[in-house]
Amino acid sequence: MLKKSQNRRQFNRPTAYYIWVGVFFLFLSILIGSFYYASQKIEYIWRWNRLPIYFVYKDDIEITSEIDGEVEAIVVKEKEATITIKGMGGSESYQVPAGSIGVEESDLIMPGDTLAVYQKWKPGLLIIGLWFTLKLSVIATIFGIIIGIIGGLSRVSSNPALKWFTIAYIELIRGSPLMVQILIWYFVLGTLINDLLATYGFGRLSAFWYGVASLSCFAGAYVTEIVRAGIQSIHRTQTEAARSLGMSYSQAMLHIILPQAMRRILPPLAGQFISLIKDSSLLGIIAIRELTKAAREAVTASLQPFEIYLAAAALYLVLTFTLSMYVQRLEKKMAIV
Amino acid sequence: MIDVRNIYKTFTQPHEVKALVDVSTKIEPGEVIVVCGPSGSGKSTYLRCLNRLETADSGQIIIDGIDVLDPKTNINQLRAEVGMVFQSFNLFPHKTVFNNIMLAQQVVRKRSKQKAQDKTMELLEKVGITDKSEVFPDNLSGGQQQRVAIARALAMDPKVMLFDEPTSALDPEMIGEVLDVMKTLAREGMTMVVVSHEMGFAREVADRVIFMDKGAVVEVGTPEHFFTHPTHERTKLFLSQIF
Repeated sequence: MLKKSQNRRQFNRPTAYYIWVGVFFLFLSILIGSFYYASQKIEYIWRWNRLPIYFVYKDDIEITSEIDGEVEAIVVKEKEATITIKGMGGSESYQVPAGSIGVEESDLIMPGDTLAVYQKWKPGLLIIGLWFTLKLSVIATIFGIIIGIIGGLSRVSSNPALKWFTIAYIELIRGSPLMVQILIWYFVLGTLINDLLATYGFGRLSAFWYGVASLSCFAGAYVTEIVRAGIQSIHRTQTEAARSLGMSYSQAMLHIILPQAMRRILPPLAGQFISLIKDSSLLGIIAIRELTKAAREAVTASLQPFEIYLAAAALYLVLTFTLSMYVQRLEKKMAIV
Repeated sequence: MIDVRNIYKTFTQPHEVKALVDVSTKIEPGEVIVVCGPSGSGKSTYLRCLNRLETADSGQIIIDGIDVLDPKTNINQLRAEVGMVFQSFNLFPHKTVFNNIMLAQQVVRKRSKQKAQDKTMELLEKVGITDKSEVFPDNLSGGQQQRVAIARALAMDPKVMLFDEPTSALDPEMIGEVLDVMKTLAREGMTMVVVSHEMGFAREVADRVIFMDKGAVVEVGTPEHFFTHPTHERTKLFLSQIF
């Protein structure tokens, strides 16, 4: 609020300030208006009412009998009911919700006959996609931070093996497109790793984990550079002070340098992980049904690309905005009072 | 206590500077030594060589029987015995005054929390900042920060204290409070090596004054001798410039 009033004071007349605020909203509405107008010109029919089923929908669930016989008993217990069917070779019981029963006692039942029909809420495509994107991003962020801290420490180390390995890693990752890296992770490394796993009798790793690996490795390279810059931005005298008290290199890093560096690198780190969330949209290419791929499937089914892609963009915005708000709060909390 | 024999130190970056040339000093336990000299005379380098923040190129440094330059020496153990106070304080900005003093006691000396807290309180009292213990260093005046830095070094129960121009970054009215703490320490029998231009301090508490120029020790003597009958021309010139 303070900032706003400071901005307003920059203007000689307060009315001028509000005129420019008006200009902003005018341009915004012109932009949206012309977009809508253009869509009308191509006779696109907006059907926002078709959108909700891609978030949640009610699905019919049929309970069918597996044997033939006779309905022996229907026992209703509060909201649950048990239908017992007695056949030649024995009897079978089915648990169904109380209000959904479509048979009566002593009815004759053939295999495949419907015993009960009820409806259940299920997550739609977009929500499934959002959940995958969230899961991918969270896991990849955690690995990205781990890689970044280890990488950053190796990068400033004087040990040539660690240092050069890190430089090679950074250059390799930053020098090639993420799309290619994803393909390599899945089709090249994925094949090799899964074959090896199979040789030693382990199960296959799914595409999801190769997606996580490609994203964490990609983000890790950038986080490494951010961590390095953070460590180097803490003045050498801090290390000297810590070492002069008898702390070892790693104690000085752990207690003095890294805590200060972390606070400083929080803003660029947030930017990196916002990028990571958005980069996860490329993972559709290896058949991970994240938000973008889910949206494309939804478009194929509904033929309503405008609404669905806009909704997908809004969902990404929810994720990235939440993250950036969280980091801002963290920054305030970590600030030295 | 501190026996320095013929140390040399040459910096190659950014250009070659002979910082120390054949420096030898012998400091007895409980002695207070003030090292002075014009800027670039190597006095800070000499001090930093004592706890191996800089590694001398050749020569020998023995502190309390431990060979500082021997690669097999556990340098962290040695540094815990040799407290150091810097010109720019170098407190840890992300920790409160209290935790600045606590940290190394727990991490390096492995003291229990209770013991470390007791020690910290005792030291805060000694340097006169008990009321600021929960404050972050950036909110303290320079004089207060330097006193916390002294307390932080003392928390390790060092056998020797090194002071690298402890009052040079301070406003004039704050120099006194820091020097008072140092005088108390000197009276308590702490072995101290102080790089400083505070001639009043040197006159009052120093046992000996070392004058350095161009990386070499030019003159060593009691303050009495140093201030009244300096023998070398260079010393006379220096004294005439600062008085």
